[in-house]
Amino acid sequence: MRKIKLLLSGLLFASLLQAQETYPVNGVADKRDGCYAFTNATIVQNAQSTLQKATLVIRDGKIIAVGSSVTVPKDAVVIDCKNKFIYPSFIDIYTDYGVTTPQRQFGAGGFNFNQPAQIATATKGPYGWNQAIKPETDAYKMFSVDDAKAKALRDLGFGTVLTHVQDGISRGTGTVVTLSKEKENLVILKEKASAHFSLSKGTSTQSYPSSLMGTIALLRQTFLDAQWYKNKPAKEGINLSLQAFNDNLSLPQIFEANDKWNDLRADRVGDEFGVQYVIKGGGNEYQRINEIAGTKATFIVSLNFPQAMDVEDPNDARFVSLADMKHWELAPTNPAAFEKANIPFCLTTADLRDPKQFMANLRKAMEYGLTETRAMEALTKTPATLLGVYDKVGSIETGKIANFVITTDPIFSEKAVVLQNWVQGNKYGVKEDAWSEAKGTYNLAITSAAGTNTYTLDVKSNNAANVIGKDTLTGKFSFDGKMVKLSFSTTPARRGAPAGAAPATGGAGGFGGGRGGNPSQFRLSGVANGDVWNGFGEDTAGNKLTWTATFVSAPASDSARRRPSMPQRLSKVTFPFDGYGWEEAPKQEVLLIKNATVWTNEKEGKLENTDVLLKDGKIAKIGKNLSDASARVIDATGKHVTAGIIDEHSHIAAASINEGAQSVTSEVRIADNLNPEDVNIYRQLSGGVTSSHILHGSANTIGGQTQLIKLRWGANDEELKFKGSDPFIKFALGENVKRTTSQNNNRFPDTRMGVEEVLNDAFARAKDYEKARKADPNTRKDLELEALVEIMNRKRFITCHSYVQSEITAAMRVGDKYGFKFNTFTHILEGYKVADKMKVHGSNASTFADWWAYKTEVQDAIAYNAAIMYKVGLNVCINSDDAEMARRLNQEAGKTVKYGGVPEEDALKMVTLNPAKALHVEDKVGSIKTGKDADIVIWSDNPLSIYAKSEKTIVDGIVYFDREKDLEQRKKIAAERLRLINKLQGEKRGGAPTRPAEPSYQIILTCNDHSHSHGLITLDAEELENK
Amino acid sequence: MKKIFCNIAALMLLTGFAKAQETVYPAKEYKGRLYITNGTVHVGNGQVLENTTIEVNDGKIVKVGAGIAVPQDGAKVVDAKGKHVYPGLILPSTDLGLKEIGSGVRGSNDFQELGDYNSNVRSIVAYNTDSKITGTLRANGILLASITPEGGIVSGSSSVVQLDAWNWEDAAYKMDAGIHVNLPSFIIRGGRRGGGGFPGGPGGGAPSDPSRQAIDRVEEIKSFFRQAKAYLQEPVHKETNLRLEAVKGLFDKKQKLFVHGDQVKQMLIAIDFVKEFGFDVVIIGGSESYQIADLLRQNNIAVILGSEHSLPSMEDDDVDQPFKTPAVLQKAGVLFALNDTHEESRYRNLSFNAGTAATYGLSKEQALQAITLNAARILGVDDKTGSLETGKDANIVIADGDILDMKSSNVIRAFIQGRDVSLDNKQKQLYERYKYKYGIK
Repeated sequence: MRKIKLLLSGLLFASLLQAQETYPVNGVADKRDGCYAFTNATIVQNAQSTLQKATLVIRDGKIIAVGSSVTVPKDAVVIDCKNKFIYPSFIDIYTDYGVTTPQRQFGAGGFNFNQPAQIATATKGPYGWNQAIKPETDAYKMFSVDDAKAKALRDLGFGTVLTHVQDGISRGTGTVVTLSKEKENLVILKEKASAHFSLSKGTSTQSYPSSLMGTIALLRQTFLDAQWYKNKPAKEGINLSLQAFNDNLSLPQIFEANDKWNDLRADRVGDEFGVQYVIKGGGNEYQRINEIAGTKATFIVSLNFPQAMDVEDPNDARFVSLADMKHWELAPTNPAAFEKANIPFCLTTADLRDPKQFMANLRKAMEYGLTETRAMEALTKTPATLLGVYDKVGSIETGKIANFVITTDPIFSEKAVVLQNWVQGNKYGVKEDAWSEAKGTYNLAITSAAGTNTYTLDVKSNNAANVIGKDTLTGKFSFDGKMVKLSFSTTPARRGAPAGAAPATGGAGGFGGGRGGNPSQFRLSGVANGDVWNGFGEDTAGNKLTWTATFVSAPASDSARRRPSMPQRLSKVTFPFDGYGWEEAPKQEVLLIKNATVWTNEKEGKLENTDVLLKDGKIAKIGKNLSDASARVIDATGKHVTAGIIDEHSHIAAASINEGAQSVTSEVRIADNLNPEDVNIYRQLSGGVTSSHILHGSANTIGGQTQLIKLRWGANDEELKFKGSDPFIKFALGENVKRTTSQNNNRFPDTRMGVEEVLNDAFARAKDYEKARKADPNTRKDLELEALVEIMNRKRFITCHSYVQSEITAAMRVGDKYGFKFNTFTHILEGYKVADKMKVHGSNASTFADWWAYKTEVQDAIAYNAAIMYKVGLNVCINSDDAEMARRLNQEAGKTVKYGGVPEEDALKMVTLNPAKALHVEDKVGSIKTGKDADIVIWSDNPLSIYAKSEKTIVDGIVYFDREKDLEQRKKIAAERLRLINKLQGEKRGGAPTRPAEPSYQIILTCNDHSHSHGLITLDAEELENK
Repeated sequence: MKKIFCNIAALMLLTGFAKAQETVYPAKEYKGRLYITNGTVHVGNGQVLENTTIEVNDGKIVKVGAGIAVPQDGAKVVDAKGKHVYPGLILPSTDLGLKEIGSGVRGSNDFQELGDYNSNVRSIVAYNTDSKITGTLRANGILLASITPEGGIVSGSSSVVQLDAWNWEDAAYKMDAGIHVNLPSFIIRGGRRGGGGFPGGPGGGAPSDPSRQAIDRVEEIKSFFRQAKAYLQEPVHKETNLRLEAVKGLFDKKQKLFVHGDQVKQMLIAIDFVKEFGFDVVIIGGSESYQIADLLRQNNIAVILGSEHSLPSMEDDDVDQPFKTPAVLQKAGVLFALNDTHEESRYRNLSFNAGTAATYGLSKEQALQAITLNAARILGVDDKTGSLETGKDANIVIADGDILDMKSSNVIRAFIQGRDVSLDNKQKQLYERYKYKYGIK
């Protein structure tokens, strides 16, 4: 046994817990300065510098010397760390250690059509108006040491954490504390070290915001309000929330985003206000690592990798998406993806189901490419620097706090054991019994009255040993660093285990049965004292005996361990990260479509046997017998070619749709929460849709700002946007905004009388606001009113959900009063009753082909509505408002031929050119005209027919949907699903823990106007939010 | 016809608009002969007969063929030359007449009763023949429907009605034709990432085992039927149990058991109902039926598919899966019907659902059969309707184009039991009213 004099140090180490000066002494003063010298250690000072056979000296909780030739002070307790490793202890930058995180009440704080709204904050005191904005929260004021939780982190090697109250959108400040169990006064290293934000309103019971885009809008307005508050406007009085928001701006700003797209959304809000957030990611950043790198943010990366799902039952496996299975496989590549992209990051234990998984998951991340150097930095220097405490923690250097761990092996290796974790100069044992490995051979002498027998004791580990006499005998052995126990039989087991094998779990069975009276079994216990163990014992016959074991030699060291290598075959990251995503994005092509029936939507009308040349993303030529040497030729003989379908009213491709908590929410923007991975983009491409106008829902009178997109499947959220289009906004009238289905509505308005006044009042305020801003630029900037001012100045345009004639007329009159027009009335099922008035007002109409009777305000809806409005001379569009119907909009246009006899070419315009006009993009899309965008569909049949299928859907000259390639893709999806299902089953057979297969529900967003046929595995987003 | 509309519109301006549809009358019984001549007759069983005449007597089809002599004795003759003649379309499971205004008007809704085991509840007694919706279905060729109660575990009985009647007793075509059972879900409910959606927290808590719960629930349902069987074997009852009595027809094979479910495991349970009780079982929904089409055929289980016009169940599914599911069932030999359950267009697109199935693998005649003869077979009324064959009721639709394609499908005449039914409806009347306002021709 090697030198273990240090073991006693544990006993010497009495309460070093330093009391503060101000505390009275009860009893006899016991001041010690806790000077220790750790000698002969391998000291990893930081990720770059490692000292061999070095000494570390600490005193009063600080490092006073470290190096290879350090003089050990006389008063130092010397701890020999031969073969041991010393590391700076880790820092976890994302915890709620020692503060309580309030829990959200079930179902509270959402918006629901059937529940009353909570309009005002429930927080008492001179704070801001919104309950989820609480920058005044200071973690250090409520921090208290929680040693049970501290121990869990110390055991992993952590010594310092940043903790904050994880509740709300603006969450206040975080504080840096050590994991020592001293008084809080001494544990806090930096009171206010960070300011925290998230996209979750947490326990706020206030209705606003009820959506992601509302949350972002609230953040944006809070920035503006805080800037405005700097001048202490008298009208605001004292607002401690805005005060704190301003005060906290000098701190590092940490944003919990938890998802790749949310990371980008958070970063963009920061960019608007000159703030660079540190972003806590969600583990899926590897799926969009280029965009993530573009944020220039430092990231906080969790090691929470999804557990394998149990997909044994094919019925269960059926509903697990390929994307979820791929994420299971690829999640461990996430840290390495950050490293490869050269994005600075910290690692955290946050989100782990059990913190004990941390090291195992970290090693897994290393198998998948993360280097030790970067892991070390991510756990020490990066977080310390970020929090401005690198002068105190994060490396082993003179002057820093004595926060370090002692391990048996290099800390990231699988066999590494954390022996001790020293925090502020105090030792916390972790697994001290592993300090002295008993491994090796010993001379064992057992002395009884009958004399002395000698054996060789071969200790394999602290739990296994063989006793070698005439035979090799397997003993039952344990060594806990101090106490030794050994029992063995002098005769080998009848069916003895082979030499060297660890003992079986059984007790007596391992010792050949030990028949009653057989004296040949020994039971020994004793104490280790350096290389010599002494003790006493008894044999089966009851004879007392003493024994001594003397260390002879250490075992030959293990050969170099095989480093597990990265698994050979992994899924590829596709764009989007869906089954139908691209491994390689499709390219813009020069395409020559030959011999088609071309529906130009121009004065040329429908051209037979005509060619269309697409080049540089534009329609280059239309005519007969065109040729272009660089073009890929598509034979479209017998096919029909039309402009791409434009859906004036869609709710796909967004993360939230309704900010329904207030009647006026013109500050919210669909653009803030586009979701380019919605598979409905691809599905709608298969139905010939090339552009969609993504609208806010119809929960309130003045809804949010809309976003026109092109269905560029695979693009990111920014690239999805239709460039250079006019900004629009959604309004709504009637039943939804007066919350007809609610039995206890308390949100104004409750009638159409009130709806009109909401409009009247909003624009009256906007008008006053505009004047006030012009007169005094210090007037508070109000994003809600800004959008309304834009409308009055004809810089933003309205598309207004509406049904009955009274409300349509009333809305137009409000527009007349304030000098703007309602650009488009959408749904407009009673448009036929006031088509003449709409024509005078100058509105477009965007309607359903044949919907009606799903609620009171559509009782008079008729399928002839489009035809009448068309005949009166309105610009009429047919829209979907439905992710399913959108892929059959061509057929919906066909219904206007049936109901009211609209000529075929004009019917097609209702889903192509007319919506382009209504959206002010008819100079770019909507018809087949030279110079317009190459947004084109090739149909198998007359596009108004039920029998027509889109064979190719082209956006910007890029073929995004190709029916033949789609068939290949289905096969690929099937093959990849099979591979992953097999792999998951292998995981289960291999004994890995699994969780039940979880169906990959698709969240479908709707305007909440009506029901939808969206299939088996879909969830209504509101259902989720109100769960 | 056009003139009449104008007059009606003018009249309405005088009398107030609320009464509009009330001028659409159910057709009177037609006695005697009726000839629909020289049309392209889509029989409903897959056959198409060109230039064919249908002879009807006292509401029944007596002859279908070419060269049928049309007497000049005042018999009613409808020239269908150049037109398409179809059997009346059948909406095979619907809340028509039970749910007038879907949202926000509780008083207009009678489709769902309280309680779990409502086998004795009968949809027919609440069926409103004056629903404003019915006229829009007739105008699209839908002449019969099976009116289905919803909710609970056993929802009650459905009845087949014809869609041109003064009251429900007139409308009844086959009373209490089937009992409806809703099977529990075998799929875990839960949240997931929503493309970076609103972070409400994923899932939350370990999911319970839905399969276990569902199986317990199914056992409870089976126990209900076992008790019913025992009760029905008892010759005299001391205490009457209406719920148990109501399912007698299932054991006598006079009623069918309609099992509502989409999932494979639900359909396997339906098969088990056949095996244990010997019921005639029909699945309603069946979006996953294409996965086990062979099993369904082997067990003689018919399927009424939900709307074709649905999104695929899973993001990885073929984008056109719901469109092509009928073709899979057809190929496997499963008896199936198509349905339109779309709440917003209110079921009038039944024929276009069939059109979609025809685009994705069925022949047009197979698609038509799925909304006519197949539906009649499944509902147990194929002895009376579902095809244009001798002996059946003269439930006939004449269209001036392909009824499966919206571009060309204008229904111009319809007959129920030989009665020349009105194709007028509230929507057409409003159309006329506003054509009048704007002076549109």
